[in-house]
Amino acid sequence: MLVKAKKSFLQRFYLVEVIKGLGITMRNMLFAPKVTIQYPEERRKYSERFRGMHYVKATNGVENCTACMLCPTVCPAECIHIVAGERPDKEKYPVQFEIDVLRCCFCGMCEEACPKDAIKLSTIYEMSQVTRQVYDKDYLAEQRGNK
Amino acid sequence: MDISPVFFYLFAGLALGCSLLVVLKKNPVASAFNLVMVFFAFAGIYAMLDAHLIAALQVLVYAGAIMVLFLFVIMLLNADVPSFDLQRSHPGARVVAGLLCAVLLLAFVWAFKNSPSPVEPGQFSASRIEAAGGNTRVVSELLFSEYILPFELTSVLLLGAIVGAVAIAKRKQKVGAGGGVK
Amino acid sequence: MLESMSLFHLLTFLKFAVILVIILSVAPVMAWVERRGSALMQNRLGPNRIGPLGLFQSICDAIKFLFKEDPIPGHVSKFYYALAPVVSLVPAFMTFAVVPFASTIEVDGRVLGFQLADLNVGLLYVFSVASLGVYGIIMGGWSSNNKFALLGGLRSSSQMISYELSLGLSVIGIIMAFSSVHLGEIVQGQAEVFRQIGPFVLPEWLQVPKWGILVQPLGFIIFITAAFAETNRLPFDLPEGESEIVAGYHLEYGAMKFSMFMMAEYINMFVASSLIATLYFGGYHGLHWVLNLVPLEGMSREWMRIALELGAFFLKVAFFMWFFVWVRWTLPRFRYDQVMELGWKVMLPISLANIFLTAFAVYYGWI
Repeated sequence: MLVKAKKSFLQRFYLVEVIKGLGITMRNMLFAPKVTIQYPEERRKYSERFRGMHYVKATNGVENCTACMLCPTVCPAECIHIVAGERPDKEKYPVQFEIDVLRCCFCGMCEEACPKDAIKLSTIYEMSQVTRQVYDKDYLAEQRGNK
Repeated sequence: MDISPVFFYLFAGLALGCSLLVVLKKNPVASAFNLVMVFFAFAGIYAMLDAHLIAALQVLVYAGAIMVLFLFVIMLLNADVPSFDLQRSHPGARVVAGLLCAVLLLAFVWAFKNSPSPVEPGQFSASRIEAAGGNTRVVSELLFSEYILPFELTSVLLLGAIVGAVAIAKRKQKVGAGGGVK
Repeated sequence: MLESMSLFHLLTFLKFAVILVIILSVAPVMAWVERRGSALMQNRLGPNRIGPLGLFQSICDAIKFLFKEDPIPGHVSKFYYALAPVVSLVPAFMTFAVVPFASTIEVDGRVLGFQLADLNVGLLYVFSVASLGVYGIIMGGWSSNNKFALLGGLRSSSQMISYELSLGLSVIGIIMAFSSVHLGEIVQGQAEVFRQIGPFVLPEWLQVPKWGILVQPLGFIIFITAAFAETNRLPFDLPEGESEIVAGYHLEYGAMKFSMFMMAEYINMFVASSLIATLYFGGYHGLHWVLNLVPLEGMSREWMRIALELGAFFLKVAFFMWFFVWVRWTLPRFRYDQVMELGWKVMLPISLANIFLTAFAVYYGWI
């Protein structure tokens, strides 16, 4: 229902209100601090717990992962693909470790499930690509984070 | 007064062609656009006759105001359906209409042939108007002195029309509110 | 032939060229002002990457518009669809012809005026041409064969009729006060000294120029409001009404045709601003006092005067262009019934009352 407020003739001409409004916009324009973050030079501060680009943590140049398959099991998006293999020292290791990042929902369940502290989500958020990339083992082996 | 014949024929041809299109176009909105062009061509001819005021008023009043109102009404009523169906008109009617047109044309030709040679220029020649302070001043001075009575009568007539229109609109509303026609 | 190509002719050609360039460059510059201004008012920064202060952003936009694909939708009426942007652009160009932006100067014994056409019916010409701009919008809205576009055209036509009345009536006050429709004479009239407010005579030491806004304060408010409505700028941009009818009359347009509509809007703004400056703010007057500060004689002094007049005029116009942008980012859009109510129930009575008041003032010799 349309409810009409009773207005005086002066109010119906809107003049005083318009001038007040003009003052507000001008004050904002001249004195208010600007909130724009000039992206490539300035960056937004994210939390340390931000879940960004994946990587597989390594100690002494060897990846922590033992291909226990807990992360592909827990992954709700089913985007992790691991093929397990055996190293000469009888240690299990992932021959293939792929993450289809287009399917990933960045929930961080893999990170929580991992007993070996191997799979990690870094704080990197610039992940745009021109191809539909699947992160392979070499790509994930780069140590990107502080976690 | 020197009307360049090239421009006269240009404007006159434009006026004639667009007038024909006004009648022949099936869509009323397209007809209205063509009518605007006709007013424009008229304004051009007036301007060449040194009647700048009339030219400006022609565009301002007819093209700028009245035709916009026409278009508003046409679009509001959505008058897409051709109100006059050519296919179903009686063939006899066309013959009669054609004959009437021919008679009218002949009458015009006769009138122009037999009229006295170019009309004598009246009291207001272009140079004299220029000396008196231009078109607008002269027209307004005449309008508010010599022709004040007809001018005021016209405005009363228009006022009557407005009051009439409002009265009709209001009465219809009342019948609707009362719920039923008496 | 060579003899006739004197300095005078050269200057006349130059005048045409310069005015054309000014008018054409209005749209890109204003697009930049609009974007940065709106951004600053909303506590953002706006486009600031390309060129100094982001000024070349508009050039990039123009190039983008030029090279975009320009498809014609299958359901439009093709002739009028293609014609509409031109129809809205041409009157915008034409109106500027009679606006004087400096007084005259004598070159080679001939008088050179700083306006394209010195028409006797000046103001009437402006209104008659300006009233045609709406046809582009109506034509575009109707030929697009789209309900939103048609609604935009309808709204535009009704708004134009409603506000043209107030616009015309508010200017009648100015015509009465300066007893002329000739824009040059109106500007000359504003060079005189403002003597009295109503029956109260101002003291001698107060040398205020008799600008239109002092003579016609009420008329000025009506004029500027109606000018906003005529140029389809917020708060009267009902023909576009993005939140209600998507984009209104130019919904089906893209690429250069769309940008022609935008150009027409900005040029209309330019014309409206220059009319406000001419009718109510003394036109090209206001900077002549600088002339006394510089020791120049003869012809160079004359050219200095012209330069100052041009400067004063374009400063005023620039301010009002900015005012258009400022108001746009301050006020929300009116509802349709509010627009009609403001037009017919408030603006029209006030503008009629203004004519009466002016008539009294003229009769008692106050103006």
